[in-house]
Amino acid sequence: MTSLLIKNGFVFDPLNGVNGEKMDIAVENGKIVEKVNEAEAKIIDASGMVVMPGGVDIHAHIVGAKVNSGRLLRPEDHVKDVEPKTPVTRSGVGYSVPSTFTTGYRYARMGYTTVMDPAMPPLKARHTHEEFNDTPILDKATYPLLGDCWFVLEYLKQDRIEECAAYVAWMLKATKGYAIKLVNPGGLEAWGFGGNVRDIDDPVPNFGITPREIVRGLCKVNTLLNLPHTIHVHTNNLGKPGNYVTTLETMRCVEDLARDGKPVIHITHCQFSAFAGDDWRTFDSGTEPIIKYVNAHSHVTLDMGQVVFTDTTTMTADGPFQFLLYELSGNKWVNSDVETETCSGIVPFQYRRKSFVHSMQWSIAMELALLIQDPWKIFLTTDHPNAGPFTHYPRIISWLMSRKAREKILERVNKKTLRKSLVPTIDREYTLHDIAVVTRAGQAKALGLKSKGHLGIGADADIAIYALNPETTDLSRKPATVRKAFERAAYTIKDGNIVVKNGEVVNAPMGRTFWLNVDAPKAEIEISKILQQKFAEYYTVSYQNYPVPEDYLAVSAPIHVKAEVE
Amino acid sequence: MTVVSNVTCPVCGSLCDDIELVVENNRIVKVRNACAVGEAKFLGFADPHHRRVKPLIRKNGELVEASLDEAIRRSAEILAEACYPLLYGWSSTSTEAIRVGLELAEEVGGVADNTSTVCHGPSILSIQNVGIPTCTLGQIRHRADLVIYWGSNPWNAHPRHLERYTTFTEGRFQKSIWIRYLTKLQGLIGRKKAERAAELVSPRKEAMPQTEKVEGLPPPLKAEERKMIVVDVRKTRSAEIADYFLQVKPNMDYELLQAFRMAIHDRELDVDEVAGVPVELIEEVADVMLKCRFGMLFFGLGLTMTSAKIRNIDAAISLVRELNERTKFTIMPMRGHFNVTGANVVFTWQTGYPYAVDFSQGFPRYNPGETSAVDILARGDLDAALIVASDPVPHFPKKAVENLVKNPLIVIDPQVTPTSFMADVVIPSAFVGIETGGTAYRMDHVPLPLKKVVEPPETCLPDEVILRRILKEVRRLKGMRTA
Repeated sequence: MTSLLIKNGFVFDPLNGVNGEKMDIAVENGKIVEKVNEAEAKIIDASGMVVMPGGVDIHAHIVGAKVNSGRLLRPEDHVKDVEPKTPVTRSGVGYSVPSTFTTGYRYARMGYTTVMDPAMPPLKARHTHEEFNDTPILDKATYPLLGDCWFVLEYLKQDRIEECAAYVAWMLKATKGYAIKLVNPGGLEAWGFGGNVRDIDDPVPNFGITPREIVRGLCKVNTLLNLPHTIHVHTNNLGKPGNYVTTLETMRCVEDLARDGKPVIHITHCQFSAFAGDDWRTFDSGTEPIIKYVNAHSHVTLDMGQVVFTDTTTMTADGPFQFLLYELSGNKWVNSDVETETCSGIVPFQYRRKSFVHSMQWSIAMELALLIQDPWKIFLTTDHPNAGPFTHYPRIISWLMSRKAREKILERVNKKTLRKSLVPTIDREYTLHDIAVVTRAGQAKALGLKSKGHLGIGADADIAIYALNPETTDLSRKPATVRKAFERAAYTIKDGNIVVKNGEVVNAPMGRTFWLNVDAPKAEIEISKILQQKFAEYYTVSYQNYPVPEDYLAVSAPIHVKAEVE
Repeated sequence: MTVVSNVTCPVCGSLCDDIELVVENNRIVKVRNACAVGEAKFLGFADPHHRRVKPLIRKNGELVEASLDEAIRRSAEILAEACYPLLYGWSSTSTEAIRVGLELAEEVGGVADNTSTVCHGPSILSIQNVGIPTCTLGQIRHRADLVIYWGSNPWNAHPRHLERYTTFTEGRFQKSIWIRYLTKLQGLIGRKKAERAAELVSPRKEAMPQTEKVEGLPPPLKAEERKMIVVDVRKTRSAEIADYFLQVKPNMDYELLQAFRMAIHDRELDVDEVAGVPVELIEEVADVMLKCRFGMLFFGLGLTMTSAKIRNIDAAISLVRELNERTKFTIMPMRGHFNVTGANVVFTWQTGYPYAVDFSQGFPRYNPGETSAVDILARGDLDAALIVASDPVPHFPKKAVENLVKNPLIVIDPQVTPTSFMADVVIPSAFVGIETGGTAYRMDHVPLPLKKVVEPPETCLPDEVILRRILKEVRRLKGMRTA
């Protein structure tokens, strides 16, 4: 493999304390190295450009059964946004639910190289991995939905944490998953009969366990198994006015489980969980108490779920919420329950500036991002495609970096929003260093991906170079320049290969799929016996056909984890 | 002799994955758990009357044996030279093969279409119109206390659907009186057999005490029992075990569905009957729908391919959506070929569209009616065709078939079919799910592994490999042309 030398860029590498210093980055055999032989290396002149680690996305629905149903549902979404075939790329379509190849290319064009799919129904794990195999360039991983699995509910109800941990370890291996995902814990099981849970202490019908017990139980399991990421939680009551209370309680309920000030819970797309008010008419922002809490505690990380005013497709495993959205919008609706495990729903949705609720949602996510002091606690996402397609990240970056850009949006939003929103009072503008944290370094750190999100020696040579000169450009006054630079990376380098040049894909190798190979041998033998007995009773597929074999993954990248259970 | 267990059956969309096969000298000699259709395929697939193992190329009007390399080269030439080739079939092969097939279609700028175009195509269009509330089959086993089969006869078409997923199963929250009835019946049969055997060994003068008789079928319509409703134009075997059978007049399903939509909203139906079904019965059944805890409506081609087609499905899905305002209700198409769902799934993730995808402009374009196989064939727009794992000649309209066989035609199929007789190049492949592995999607979108159980004949490669070699050859030819 050839070596690379990226010269004279303004390097932003927060994990290694590099803040815009002009320096060279050397690459050999796909890794960052101290130096290369300049005569042999390919030289990239990055003078006057920003150099960052490749972008990392902690939460974007890009593949799998639900995403694919979304694609099927929306031909009208694709027809206006097509990607023709080129000598190096496959053809495809956008917009809010792009086809797999297009997803890979579009992320790479923005300088992103690692993306996490956050919701895999375990029973349909093969589907997720098949689509991963057709998603080029990106390194990726997926979180199995475990918060409503019958096995989990039963073990936790009986307080058998160690057995639950063994089961989760088995599941992570069987589904080739990366983290424990909880979506509306307990509510999805209730949705099996069209119900839901009201709050985190409302027992799940037929199981008698409360969402609080599920969250706490799986949080303990996560610690026992030493998993690199925390539990990844989509709260109960998501998308309902007044739900900030539930969000606070969810964060509080694992406060005592934190160790050494490390995060133990990730509240995802927090915007959707930070609503105040009693109903849609009295709807309000519930960010203040959440911001206060997060600023005062270190056991939580969040991601934004920033709303973008556009036509998009909402899709979550939160079946009851999607049903609510269908009733609210009257749009077409897909629901898909998965036996013994989870469910999902899809509704196309348009976020409008002039809608009070939608523009408040825009404001809520901005308040979270701007008022939470520590950028290592909140990450930039749109919960793609729920609050907007990921292709809008550069726009959000420009909002975060420029008060002027935010004011321009506020000029055109609903007037009531303007009165209620805190955004007009906020002066804070993100620096490029902050941006590097919320779009890569912080996300990689939260995910425990040691070789991602930084440019230290030994890191994967995933690098993004943006044609943006922080010395000559007033970033806060030039949001459009910022946006354009982040939309089309001057270079994206993946494992030492140039994959994007001047915003065009020039090479599309297949990226890795990370999964956790959790080592818990004894417990596993025990658990596999129980599973074999129960499987025929619980599932309509056989135990032997359930796990995804490793050779199913185009580029398998197991991460070995030593559990604390035997 | 080896026993292979947990084999997935490559026949219908039920994709039963509990089949046990006994293999002796590379031959399947015994099949356990499969239905008659599955068993027949496992035991009889290699029948030499239906299979040729050597590739064929038409020379001077005659199909003559050729080498695999030659057949692949000829196929690649046909496809590389064509301006608007049709690549059709895909529903009876693995998703791995379909992925390569789409890459090939894109490379040659052709149209890729799968058999759902003449099957559940209207269902898919309807899903694109209104969405679909659905679930996996296990959800029905565990929860459904009402199962409706509309225009579908699972007893014959998906023989184990009832016993694995619906009426004859028991789940966590849903018991079945049928299970107890069938267990009792089996017990009695076993006892009778034992008695007969005992009789033969030591005949006794006195007659054995009479064994208890099972009286008729179980009492239907017990409140707590799972109910089954069948709507069809004739009384099928499935209808015989149903609690309600509604005989709808042919082509009048749409009217009946709309009547149900009215009935569940308590609107008055000021007629005596709709589509041949008395209004009282409609109202009674509508009540059953509203009162269930979890309902499921399965629909087959009896609904998708009768008169109103897409409108039927619009109405059925709308009915189910509206029922969700009152209870939990789901709906699912009964898919036929074992991987037709997979074909839709792969098409969708690669191109955004489930079938009828036109690559002629360099990007995926979808307009069923224009870019669908039958329409292209009927217009005669194509100038070559590749058929994979499908047999359109006896099934497509005459005009379409004429245009299909008039142009160069390549067939990749493990079997001899009417289409392969008409082809210019025939490449026999390995039977997917028996002679080669892969992935297939059940009708509820659950992916399952297909197993390789026996070795294929030396000349029969898997579809995936054949397609990959054709693709490589096409790229080589095109590279030559541009150079």
